[in-house]
Parts: sequence; C-alpha cells; structure tokens
Amino acid sequence: MSKSANGDSFIKKLTGSKVFLPLVCLFLVILINVIKSPSFLQISINNGVLYGRLIDIANRGSEIAILAIGMTLTIAVSAGTDISVGSVMALCASCCCTTLVGYGVASANKLNYPIFIGVIVGIFVGAVCGCFNGFMVARLKVQPMVATLVLYTAARAIGLLVSNNQNTYVRVEEYKYLGNFIKIGKWECPIPTPIFVAIICVALATLFLKKTALGMYIQSVGINKNASRILGINSVLIIFVCYVICGLCAGVAGTVASSRIYSADSNNIGLNFEMDAILAVALGGNSLAGGKFSLAGSIIGAYTIQALTTTLLAFGVKTEQAPVVKAIVIVLIVVIQAPAVQNYIKNRKARKISAGGGEAVAK
Amino acid sequence: MKKKANFNGNNLLLVITIVLFVVMYAIGCIVYGSKGFSQFQSFLNILIGNAGLICVTCGMTCVMITGGIDISVGSLVGLDCMILAYGMEKLHWSAITAVIVVLIVGIVFGVVQGFLIGILGIQPFIITMAGLFFARGMCAVITTEMVNVANETFKKWATIKINLPFGGYVNRRGIYMAPYIRITVVIALIVVALTFILLKFTKFGRSLYAVGGNETSAKLMGLNVKMTKMKAYILSSFLCSIGGILFCMNSMTGSVAQAKGLEMEAIASAVIGGTLLTGGVGNVIGSLFGVLITGTIDALVQFNGKLLSSWSSIAVSVLLCFFIILQAIFALIKERNKA
Repeated sequence: MSKSANGDSFIKKLTGSKVFLPLVCLFLVILINVIKSPSFLQISINNGVLYGRLIDIANRGSEIAILAIGMTLTIAVSAGTDISVGSVMALCASCCCTTLVGYGVASANKLNYPIFIGVIVGIFVGAVCGCFNGFMVARLKVQPMVATLVLYTAARAIGLLVSNNQNTYVRVEEYKYLGNFIKIGKWECPIPTPIFVAIICVALATLFLKKTALGMYIQSVGINKNASRILGINSVLIIFVCYVICGLCAGVAGTVASSRIYSADSNNIGLNFEMDAILAVALGGNSLAGGKFSLAGSIIGAYTIQALTTTLLAFGVKTEQAPVVKAIVIVLIVVIQAPAVQNYIKNRKARKISAGGGEAVAK
Repeated sequence: MKKKANFNGNNLLLVITIVLFVVMYAIGCIVYGSKGFSQFQSFLNILIGNAGLICVTCGMTCVMITGGIDISVGSLVGLDCMILAYGMEKLHWSAITAVIVVLIVGIVFGVVQGFLIGILGIQPFIITMAGLFFARGMCAVITTEMVNVANETFKKWATIKINLPFGGYVNRRGIYMAPYIRITVVIALIVVALTFILLKFTKFGRSLYAVGGNETSAKLMGLNVKMTKMKAYILSSFLCSIGGILFCMNSMTGSVAQAKGLEMEAIASAVIGGTLLTGGVGNVIGSLFGVLITGTIDALVQFNGKLLSSWSSIAVSVLLCFFIILQAIFALIKERNKA
C-alpha cells in the first residue's frame, strides 16, 4: 500500500519536474531518428576526432544553447523576446573578422592583431547592442519586441557596411579553433570546441544566477515589476542587465559561428536563430509570459531544436522549408500555454473529478 | 481655445512627420535636382514603387491601433507573390482566379492569426512571428525557384499608364511628357481612403480605438473586445494580400526572398506616421506620409548611386528608433503630468 503511494509520488515528482516535458520531447525526436536509421546513435573516431550524428547535434546546437541562456533571462524578466539576436550575431562576426584583417580585405592569411582581441571586440559589440536594447526596454519602457526590432534590421545592415558588403575570409589555422577543433602541436582535441564554449557559458550563467541573488531578482521583476520596485529592487537595472547578458550571449554565439566558417558572412550568419532561441525557451517549459524560469529546460530545448532541424534535413526537407514545421511547433506550444486553453483543461478535469466523486458517493 | 486643446502630443507627432517629409524632399530636390529628382514624375515613382507598402501599412495601422502588432506581413506578401506567379505560370490559372485565391489565402491567414491572438489571448508578437516563418517556409514548399509572371492579362493590368493632365514637362526633343501613374497607385489610394472612412466613421473603426485605448473600459462599455481584435487581424491580412498583388504587379516575379524585411518598413512607416505602439492613437493619413518618407529615403539612396543599399535600411531603422524614443518621452511626460 505504502509502496504504491511512494511510486505515485515518484511519478508525480517526475512529471511535475520542470525539465520533464523538454526531456520527453528530446527523447521522442531521438527515438524517431533511431527508428529511421539505427546508425544514429553510433559514435566513431575518424582522423582522431569524434564523429557521429549525436556529436553533430551537440556541436551545431551550441550557438542556440548559448543564445537560449540570454533569451531565457529576457523572457523571464520582461515577458518579451529579444528578436535582434540573430542579426547581432552577424554584426559581431563582421566586427570580429574586420578587426583581425582590416577593412575592405576580402581574404587574408595574416592577422593584424592577435585572435583574442578580435574575439573580445566581437563580444564587446554584442554587449553594446545589448545595452542599446536594454536602455530602450528598461528606461524608455518600449515594448521589448518593438525595441529589438530596430536592431533586427539595422544590425545585419551595419554588419554588411563593416565588412564592406562582402564575405571577409580569415584563412588562419588558429582562427578555426573556436568553431572546430583545437590543435596543440600534434595533439588534436577529439571533441568540437563549440561544445566546450556552450558548457562554459552555461556554467558561468548557472554560477551567476545561483550564487548571487540575480536569479531571484529576475524572477521577482518578471512576476510583478511594480511590487519588486516597492520591495527595493532596482527593476530598471535588473531588466537592463538581462538585455546586456542577452547581447553578450549573441556576441559569443556570433564569434563561434564566424569561426566555424572562418569568415564573416553577414547575410547568412545567425539567420532565423532568434526563432530557434525563442522556440528553445518555449520548449524548455518556460512561460513566454515571464516570471519563473528554468535554465536547464531551455538548454535541453535548444538541443531538441537542433535535433529536430537535423532530423528534418535528414528526411530530405530543404533548409528554407524547415521554418514551416518549427512555426507549427511554436504555435502548438503557445496554444497549450494560453490561459484560455489552460482554464478549459482545468474545468474539464474538475468536472471529471466531481463526476467521479459523485459516483463514489452513489456506490 | 478649443484649437489649443486639440493640439496635443499626438497631433504634434503627425506635424513632425509631415514637416520631416517636406524637409527631406526639399533637400533631395536641392542635392539631386540635376539628376531629375525635382521632377513631378520622380515623386509619382515613389508612389508607384511603394503602392504595395501603402496597403500593407494601412492594415498594420489598424492592428497597431488595437495595441497589437503584425510582423507576418512581409512573408505574407512574399507568399502572395509566389502563389500568383506559380498559379498563373505553372498551374495555368487565369489572372482573376489567381487574385481571388490570394485574397482567400489572406483572409484564412488572418482568421487563424486573429483567432489565436484575439480569442485565445496569446501575445500577438509570438503568433505573427510564427506566421512570418510559416509563410516564408510555405514559399519554399511551393517552389524554391524564381518564377517570372508572363500572364498576358496580368501584364496588361500592371502596365496600364494613367496620364495626369497636369505637371508635365517638355523634354529635349520638344515632346510633351505627361506624368503618369499606374493602376497600383489608384488601388492603393482607394484603400487609404476606405480605411480612413472605416476608422473615422464606422462603429468597427471606433471600437478599434476603444480597445486600443483601454481594453478594460472597452469591455465594460459592452464592446466585444475579442471579436474586435480578431477582425483587426483579418483586416490586416486582407489588406496585406491586396498589397501583395500590387507588389507582384511591380516586381512581376515570385521568389522565396521576396519582400524580406517589408514588415519592418510597414511598422516603421506606421510609427513614423504617428501611430502609437501602445495603441489607441493613429491614422492612415500619417501612415501614408510615413510610407512616403521611407520611400524618399530609398529614392535618395538610389539617386546617389554610390551608397550601399544597406544604408537605406539603416536610415529607416534610425528614423524608427528616433520616433520610438520620441513617443516614449511623450508617454513619460504624460505619466508625470498625471502624477
């Protein structure tokens, strides 16, 4: 008797956990893949590096995971998404490459500055973009999506200006490390570097949110801005900080994406990534209406999206067609989250329980 | 006394817009006068080039008056062009069938978005963003190639010249050149006029303002807020489809990349035209001027010839940013006066 009660509570704990839904989604996507091609789970070593579909998903999903960190915070704090992240990524990549090789150079084998300066410039530009968004949202109280709409168009265009309307190639072996594999002497790291970058970003964010009160403040401001202000929390500053973090994440993701193709392709880097990042947050079980958030859920959501994209491409769907499926998924998630639908489900459950109770009494 | 009371911050925004347009156009005439910018025809060319955008912006204005936003319009225009081109060229529809199909697609699109936003109460931005990616993806599902329109009837519609009786000039050979407009401009101006009447003099138009101004009091007044919102999105998508047809008459092609970023131009035009992002304030005349301003920026970049095309989108973003900040400052002042 007590055993079954324990089992009940365990299942409830499991299904009630925030990361349960995203994990189920990820599991489903992988299951479909395994059924389609049993070799999906295989991981082999080719030329000294790990090779396999799972590694590929973890590798390609890094940028989305990094973006999802910032996006989770902006959604939690202001109930609004930062739709400029994809464009900001392109701008950061352009700035990084242009700093390294100089303005107007299409392809270079020599660098003007050490690589880390270029990376820092890229991340710094991302932070500046975040500051701009944060100022508009926090101080001027513009709706987040409209405020970020400005950079959504402008950033990509500025990126084109910075790179003189061309793809700037950095043909230096060291520049590829960040987006591909690290080589030290003859030894080559078997795991793709973006995975490490994503892990470091997630670890830093978790540390920052758990060890300081920032995470608590963000949730508090997201749930009720005015009440938090009266409690003595500087809500304007908290919102601002969240947007800056989001900009920083976009900067990191942009430099990684640029290093992957060792060039700054302002037209294509980060294209539609804002959609993926928002979808990752929604899939992670976070409410798009702000308030409580779960970073772990968002990260799992990010890899689910990447797995979904890889699956779609494996099924022969073209890159341009993939957004249709993602759009349908995002609509389904928000419909389930919608208050009207939630109330309907609650009412039905209540009716069922009351009907069941009535029967029991009759017996 | 009464005049003074009417002249509040919102009217000021409209005045700023009109002044900005006049100043910008005057600068253009002075700088590029020798290249023919000061001719009446180049003004009409701005209208011809932006006829589709005018329709789209009218729909956007209606949605923004309710306090919402619709960023799916650019992709929907792209999808409309694709359906028109693919339908007429590959499926051999007649021009009229294709146009009707496009209008029906627009209404269906609007009904779905309106239901999700109005009835289920989901954030408009999320839904219309999903709509944006859905419509763009559907273009690719239809075909990823570029389809050119060669339908005779459609071509005839697109190339009709309507000569104006005034404003012409005599060219170097001594022939009188009458300025002309295309049928697209006539349709766009009719849409503006109808939307103006709809917003100003009908019950539906006034309820849009009421819902945008204060949703709770609109509800208490007995207005059906949910249905009003839903209708606004249907209207937006419908006007957007008309805009898509006009856009296709200009470009005569259908491709996946078409009309990318049009939503941004439409929102910018509406905001520049004095429509408040918070809802409740706005009119289509301002939006028309907003479109003319963005059109003038494009024309100026083109007349320069040396600037990269990305400059025009940067200029539009800067203007949008300027007007957003202006609106925010007005709102902050209003709040302070209340307190």
